[in-house]
Amino acid sequence: MNRFWCIVFLLVPIMGVATFAVAPYYNIWFPRDVSTHGITIDNLFMFILWITGIVFIATEWALFQFTWKYNAAHNPEPAKFSHGEHTLEVVWTIVPAAILLFIAIYQMDAFAAAKMRKPNMQPTAEITGRQFNWDVRYPGPDKELHTLDDIVRYDGNIHMPMGEDVLLVIKSQDVLHSFFLPNLRLKQDVIPGMEQAMWFHAKDTGRFDIVCAELCGWGHYKMKARLTLQTRADFDQWLAETYQAEQAMTTAKVGQ
Amino acid sequence: MSTVTADTHAHEHADEHAHAGGFLSTYVFSLDHKIIGLQFLFSTLLWFVVGGLLALAVRWQLAYPWSDMPIFGKLLFAAEGGQIAPEFYTVLFTMHATVMIFLVIIPILAGAFGNYLIPLMIGADDMAFPTLNMLSYWFMWPAFLAFGASFFVEGGAAGAGWTSYPPLSVLNSASPGSLNGQTLWLIGLLCVGVSSMMGSVNYLTTIIQMRAPGMTMFRLPMTIWAMFITAVLQAFALPVLTAAGVMQIADRELGTGFFLPEGVAANNALPAAGGGHPILWQHLFWFYSHPAVYIMILPAMGMVSDIIACFSRKPLFGYKPMVYSISGIAGLGFIVWGHHMFVSGMNPMLGMTFMVTTMFIALPSAIKTFNWLGTVWGGRIQFTTAMLFALSFVSMFIIGGLSGIFMAATPVDIFIHDTYFIVAHFHYVLFAGTAMAVWGAIYFWFPKMFGRMMNEFWGKVHFFFTFVFLNCTFYPMHILGIVGFPRRLADPYHYETFRHLLPLNQFMTWCAIGMVATQIIFAINFFSSMFFGKKAGRNPWHANSLEWMAPSPPGHGNFDFQPIVYRGPYEYASPEVETDYYPQTQPPPEKQGDD
Repeated sequence: MNRFWCIVFLLVPIMGVATFAVAPYYNIWFPRDVSTHGITIDNLFMFILWITGIVFIATEWALFQFTWKYNAAHNPEPAKFSHGEHTLEVVWTIVPAAILLFIAIYQMDAFAAAKMRKPNMQPTAEITGRQFNWDVRYPGPDKELHTLDDIVRYDGNIHMPMGEDVLLVIKSQDVLHSFFLPNLRLKQDVIPGMEQAMWFHAKDTGRFDIVCAELCGWGHYKMKARLTLQTRADFDQWLAETYQAEQAMTTAKVGQ
Repeated sequence: MSTVTADTHAHEHADEHAHAGGFLSTYVFSLDHKIIGLQFLFSTLLWFVVGGLLALAVRWQLAYPWSDMPIFGKLLFAAEGGQIAPEFYTVLFTMHATVMIFLVIIPILAGAFGNYLIPLMIGADDMAFPTLNMLSYWFMWPAFLAFGASFFVEGGAAGAGWTSYPPLSVLNSASPGSLNGQTLWLIGLLCVGVSSMMGSVNYLTTIIQMRAPGMTMFRLPMTIWAMFITAVLQAFALPVLTAAGVMQIADRELGTGFFLPEGVAANNALPAAGGGHPILWQHLFWFYSHPAVYIMILPAMGMVSDIIACFSRKPLFGYKPMVYSISGIAGLGFIVWGHHMFVSGMNPMLGMTFMVTTMFIALPSAIKTFNWLGTVWGGRIQFTTAMLFALSFVSMFIIGGLSGIFMAATPVDIFIHDTYFIVAHFHYVLFAGTAMAVWGAIYFWFPKMFGRMMNEFWGKVHFFFTFVFLNCTFYPMHILGIVGFPRRLADPYHYETFRHLLPLNQFMTWCAIGMVATQIIFAINFFSSMFFGKKAGRNPWHANSLEWMAPSPPGHGNFDFQPIVYRGPYEYASPEVETDYYPQTQPPPEKQGDD
């Protein structure tokens, strides 16, 4: 029966590795990456996955090996009277410390790129989170935000150009929200009373989910928006059409 | 020799109460650390049931969103025709976390096992301050009542997450219908804090002042070292949470604006006076709640160290490195809280600083794991139920520890923050880690607590199914997180990105149901062993530490002799004696000179 328990512990690394190996085939893996910086994040994840995976297999194997070999029912030898081993302690302190320090330094650049190196340009749009919607405000023909000709959309359909840097101003009107774009590997909490910037460079067109990732109340689950990435020409055309439609609506209202 | 004086004094003190003893003073308003420990144990196990059922309700919604919940649905959600309403879903996960953290894990480790074991393992008669000790239990009751009652007030219990981030937690208008649940939640939290504070002051004094003669600090069992460091963490971190809690109550009830910026308003309500900042709460909250993560794991590590050494019949590998690494965890634990806030809007430069400290806190955990493996190596392992749980703690803690490195890496955290990867990580640490260690500790110290053995066969059945189901429930959460599957969503399938994950979630839900059902085996084993179990002698496991030298269960004053300590607690397989254990109180064989 003792052997049975050893096998149970051996199943942990086997099933653990198998789950990660099989998951991509069932599409339970990173969603399609359409950003230029996303690959850095995915690669860093895979790099850490390999390092931790090796440590995981080695330590779980050691646990199995030791329980298998040194169990009282099968091992005639008396227990070793040992209080530890100084050299070993030093080795297994310094080696992980070096690896951790390496991971710490290695990733700094990616984080700086994502959160510190804000591109020097006019914001493409302003996103405002409120219970339970993402509102978007584009600059009108004068290319400036917060002027009379702004295009403001409340329908949760956000259009952005691909193939160029995009800078967003993000903020919140009421409680905390988090602007999460899984396919662009972007996430930033938005905070009332604080304006923040978010930037990306999309490399493909398509329609993608925008998720609210910070609990914002009962309707948190349905605070959904859609991101449409399109070429600059398509985006400009869409923006112009939307502007026309809004103008027409305003005129109609004023006319009444 | 002030230690001895303190001991004698406490002994007289304990005797007085022993003789006063009616039912109320013996079992209800008891000053005896063992009774208080058991009171904590029974209360927390009851809340464990509540927390587990709340978790099942969360899982049900994730597997069968908006469907009628079987059995409980009609009882609980009659108004919605048996469905879980989205606002109730936020209550479910908020209260699941609150109950598990503040009413189960922290009080079962420090309150139940800390109380029961500290005086016994250091050879004292009782705690340094028995009345304060009693109060630390009775201060849990206002918390039990506040959290319990909050379900029944108008608007229901708190639903702003266990982290209670403002403005959502502060603005009533942000959660229409919610009224006093959140305030009750904060009051409950304050009471839990006061209780822990009373406990930690008591533990520190007791461990420093009341050790038996010969019990030096470096002869303390790891359990006691862990409780000591935990008490230090609580004593220094808790005041911050208490202050923050009072500030949030003031924001809610008195119209202050510590956590609200000027002009913030939800649902066209009147704008707040403001002048504060929501991020301030996050800093204050995590300044306590990150050390609290270690408060929730260090005692478990200590108890696991003792169990593994005992059933490997071998000294603990690297005792001093173990002590230094828990001290290191405690020290670093105070400067890593910002890793909960990498995407919160905090200055990214500060985020990078926290990233480096966070990377390094993985180091002491790694050292501890290697030392546990070193302890098992070369031993004569006995696969008792307690040992199986302790070994599984090591196996599971490896997973929980390693997955922490992913989140510590700031660029990766941008993607996996607030996804199920995080949920997987902390359930591997807190459930697969701490809860498994707690079960191990219950099987291990049950004979001391009740004088009878638990049934080993049913114990192993309990272990097997818990172990299998817990992995099937929590391990897939890692890969859900890789997809970006967000936490706290009542209906994640609302998003196309996550729609194909429904079948996996259904599988996990059924495993969670299996896991909760398995605990029925434990409950039956626990209660029937209490009355019908095989009688345990003083030292059924042939262990070394002091508590096993006392009668089972120990009477008032604990020891029927004055324990004098000659050596550390891990002298198993010592060549000095015939037996493979060498109790701390056994005088060394005659030989020339001292050691």
